[in-house]
Amino acid sequence: MSEFLAMGGYGAYVWPSYALAALVLGLNAWLPWRRHRRLLRARQARNEP
Amino acid sequence: MFGPTLDRLAAPKFFYPFAGRLLPWLGTLAAALLLLGAGWGLALAPADYQQGDSYRIMFIHVPAAWLSMLTYMVMAGGAFVFLVWRMKLADMLAKCCAPLGAAFTALTLITGSLWGKPMWGTWWAWDARLTSELVLLFLYLGLIALRGAIDEPQRAGRATALLALVGVVNIPIIHFSVEWWNTLHQPASLTRMDGPAIHPAMLTPLLLMIAGFTVYFAAVLLQRLRCEILERERDARWLVELDAP
Repeated sequence: MSEFLAMGGYGAYVWPSYALAALVLGLNAWLPWRRHRRLLRARQARNEP
Repeated sequence: MFGPTLDRLAAPKFFYPFAGRLLPWLGTLAAALLLLGAGWGLALAPADYQQGDSYRIMFIHVPAAWLSMLTYMVMAGGAFVFLVWRMKLADMLAKCCAPLGAAFTALTLITGSLWGKPMWGTWWAWDARLTSELVLLFLYLGLIALRGAIDEPQRAGRATALLALVGVVNIPIIHFSVEWWNTLHQPASLTRMDGPAIHPAMLTPLLLMIAGFTVYFAAVLLQRLRCEILERERDARWLVELDAP
């Protein structure tokens, strides 16, 4: 396991790459999803007097 | 203008629910491809005989670079359709692409840096490939800023569409930079006349990641478009009817 994490000595470059990719893809999926939910909620709130 | 089926689909009234039905499928497919590709690339693919395990950054870097350019072409396509036919949805498409493209380009540059340091001994070089990709990032940021600076949506759309179309010239420069100039960056290994120069054990996870990134892009783009439609069409009759129980 520690051998896998070491990535042949390149762990300090490989893992940040994957972590950053996960962060960028995660955020770009979550933010529009949250925005859409909020927009729908705002419509609902407007419709309920 | 594109035949009755496409014209109908391009109307926000039809596009909004259509995108909503497509989204769960695209999202699931993207997640499956990305998890499979990343797991394969990190754990199953063999180490490279020259670059050791550092080459595994490729499974992020190459798909991100591919998307940084694909996003631009989709955006430019939207810009063109909006300029010529004034189609609202095309302008929304162009708008939604810009921040995604900027994110993919930044990811490309940073993972390239993380790969360059151990392999070339430097985080950055003013090399043709690296510089033209940096120009792409500034193009995306410039397009976002330009749209933000103009209040009236139609004018903002036309101005950004023009700039987006001028910027298309940078895409072939990025792609062919490794052939036209003597660069530090390695030449293309996938898009070669004689076929990919990568062993299947590494090519399979790479293609999975490229497919995963592409489907992911389609999914998040659709969701952004849905938000854009909800905002711009806020008072449209079809949306008001959709609210009614």
